[in-house]
Amino acid sequence: MSFDYDKYIRPGKLPHIWCPGCGHGIVMKGLIRAIDTLGLQKNNTAIVSGIGCASRLPGYLDCCTLHTAHGRAAAFATGVKMAKPEMDVILVGGDGDGTAIGGNHFIHACRRNIDMTYIIMNNSIYGMTGGQFSPCTPTGAKASTTPYGNPDPAFDVAKLAIGAGATFVARGTAYHATQIDKLIVEAIQHKGFSVVEILDDCPTTYGRRNKFKSVIEMMNRLKEIAVPIKAAEKMSAEQLEGKVITGVLYKEVRPHYTEEYAKVIARASK
Amino acid sequence: MAKKVAFLQGNEAAAQGALYAGCTFFGGYPITPSTEVAEVMSAELPKIGGKFIQMEDEIGAMASIIGASLTGAKVLTSTSGPGLSLKQELIGYACIAETPAVIINVMRGGPSTGMPTGPSQSDVMCAKWGTHGDHAAICLVPASVQEVFEETVRAFNLAEKYRMPVMVMPDEIVAHMRERIVFPEPGELEVINRTAPTVAPADYKPYDTSFGDVPPLAAFGSEYRFHVTGLNKGQDGFPTTKAAWVQAEEERQVRKVDANIDDIVTFEEYLLDDAEVAIVAFGSTSRSARFAVNEARKQGIKAGLFRIKTFWPFPDKQISALAGKVKAIITPEMNLGMCTGEVTRCAAGRATVAGIFRVDGEPINPGQILEKIKEVM
Repeated sequence: MSFDYDKYIRPGKLPHIWCPGCGHGIVMKGLIRAIDTLGLQKNNTAIVSGIGCASRLPGYLDCCTLHTAHGRAAAFATGVKMAKPEMDVILVGGDGDGTAIGGNHFIHACRRNIDMTYIIMNNSIYGMTGGQFSPCTPTGAKASTTPYGNPDPAFDVAKLAIGAGATFVARGTAYHATQIDKLIVEAIQHKGFSVVEILDDCPTTYGRRNKFKSVIEMMNRLKEIAVPIKAAEKMSAEQLEGKVITGVLYKEVRPHYTEEYAKVIARASK
Repeated sequence: MAKKVAFLQGNEAAAQGALYAGCTFFGGYPITPSTEVAEVMSAELPKIGGKFIQMEDEIGAMASIIGASLTGAKVLTSTSGPGLSLKQELIGYACIAETPAVIINVMRGGPSTGMPTGPSQSDVMCAKWGTHGDHAAICLVPASVQEVFEETVRAFNLAEKYRMPVMVMPDEIVAHMRERIVFPEPGELEVINRTAPTVAPADYKPYDTSFGDVPPLAAFGSEYRFHVTGLNKGQDGFPTTKAAWVQAEEERQVRKVDANIDDIVTFEEYLLDDAEVAIVAFGSTSRSARFAVNEARKQGIKAGLFRIKTFWPFPDKQISALAGKVKAIITPEMNLGMCTGEVTRCAAGRATVAGIFRVDGEPINPGQILEKIKEVM
C-alpha cells in the first residue's frame, strides 16, 4: 500500500513553491514519513522555520506551524519548547537562514541542548533571493554576488553543530531519499538538540551558474560525493578528499534544557 | 487586612506587575538600565512554574517570547534603547502576526550605546516608528514606582485585548528610583486574558474578522492547528499577495487601536481648569513639572499640568482641546523635541509651544520649567 502523505498535507496548499528539480520536496516527504513512523500527533507538533525557500515548508504541513523571520526559527522555537515542553518541536530551513543571519540562534540552541530537531536543507545558496553565495557556498563557486568565484571558505554545518554542543548530528542528501526519514526519526527520538543536515540541490540558482547541465547531474553529484560513515572509517584522507560523510555523525547523551529547567523549578519551589 | 507594602525600584515593580497580570514566561538579554526586571523574573517565575530564559541576544529574546505567547502564555521581555533597536525586527513580527507581548523598555540615552546609566526619554518615537511598515503602537510612560506596577498590568491587558505588542517605557529615573508601593490585592486590578476561539477546530481561522477587529487567538498545542507567518496573510493565516486582502488586513491592524483610542489613552490633568499656561510632560519629567506648577501658582501664575500616561496612541484630542484653552504649552522632555513635535502638531498653531530639552544625562529640574513658565507668560 502506498504511503498516504495527504494525512499530513494541508488541504489546498499544494502545489508548493519549489522549482522543478529542487530537493526540498524530497526532504518534506522524508519528514512526513518520519512524523508518521513516530506517530507524532499533529496537534502536539510545532514546525518552525525562518525565511527562504526551505522555510516555506511548514505552511504545507497540517501541524502547528510557525513561519518566522529570517534566521530566527531556533529562537522562536526555543520559546515554544520552553513554554510547552510536551510539544514536539521541529525546525526546518536553509543554509543561509540557519548559518548566516541565524547563526547565533543556531549555535546557542546547540549549546543549550534543547530537545528539538533542526533539519537544515543545505543547497549552498540563497535561492529565494536569486542565488547569492551563502556561508555554505564552496570556495570558488559562482553565485550572483560572486561573479569571479567565491573567495569565502564554507562552513561545515555538522562540525559547527557538534562544536556548539548539539548532542545528535547527522547528514544525508536529497539523493538518498530513503535515508532521510531514518535520520529524522532517530533525530526526533533523541532527547536533546538534534541537527540533520541534508545536502540539497538548487538547479535554478546554483546549478546553472556552476556548469551543472541538468538536475540529474546535480543529483548524481550528491550520490558520488556521499560516503556512509561506516565506509569512511576505512578510507584514507586522500580517498575522502572531496567526499562528504553521511549518516549519524555524532551522538551523546547529556541533560537537555527543559529537563534542566524543570530542576530549576523544583529548586525554586522548595 | 492591611495591604502588602514594599519599598521597590521601578524595575522591580515592573516585574511584580507582570506577575500580578499572570505572566508566566520571560525571555531576555541583559542590558543596563533594565536588568533588574530580568533578575526578579529569574527568581520569581520558577517559583510559580513559569519559565525564564536568558537568550543569546535581544532579537532572540523577542523571538522567544513570541513563540511562548503562541502557546498561550502571557509573556514579557525587558530592554533599553540599543536593545529596542535590535528588537524592532520582531516587534514588527508580533504586530503583523498579532501576538500579545509586553516589552519593558527603560529609556537611556542614544543613539547607539549612548549613556547607558543616564536617564533619557528619547525612545518614544522608536516605540511607534522603529519597526518598518504600517502598524499600531501602544506605549505607556509611567511616572512613579506604583504606576510602573499598575501600567505593566495594564500593558498586559492591552496586549491580550488587542493582540499586539505593548511597550512600557519608564525613563531610567523612574526605573531605578525607590518608592513605597502598595500591592493591589488579587482581583483588585482588572486582568484581561486573550479571547479564545469558540468555533470547531476545523473552522478556526487565526484572523477571522467575523469576530471583529481583534479575532480570537488559539494556542499551539491545543486542539487548534493554525499557521503563523510574518508575510502579509489572509484571514486563514496563510501568505497572500491578493491586493484586497492585504489592504484590508493592514487597515484592520491599525484600526483596532485607532478605533479604540478612548479605551487606551490615559492621562492626568492637574490644575488645568483655569490655567493659562500648561505643561505637557511624562515620566520623571512630569514630577519636576508638577513641582514647577505648584511654585508658579504660589507666585500667582495660572499654570497647570497635563501628564501623558499613554504616549501611543498620542492624546491628540486632549492636547488639541488644551491648546484651544491656554496661551502657551511648555513641553519639557529628556530628548530634543519628540513630544514637543506631537504637541505642536495637535496644537495646530492655537497655542505657543515651547520645549525644554535635555540630553545630557541630567534630569530636567523644576527651576528650569518655572523659568520657562515666566518666559512665556
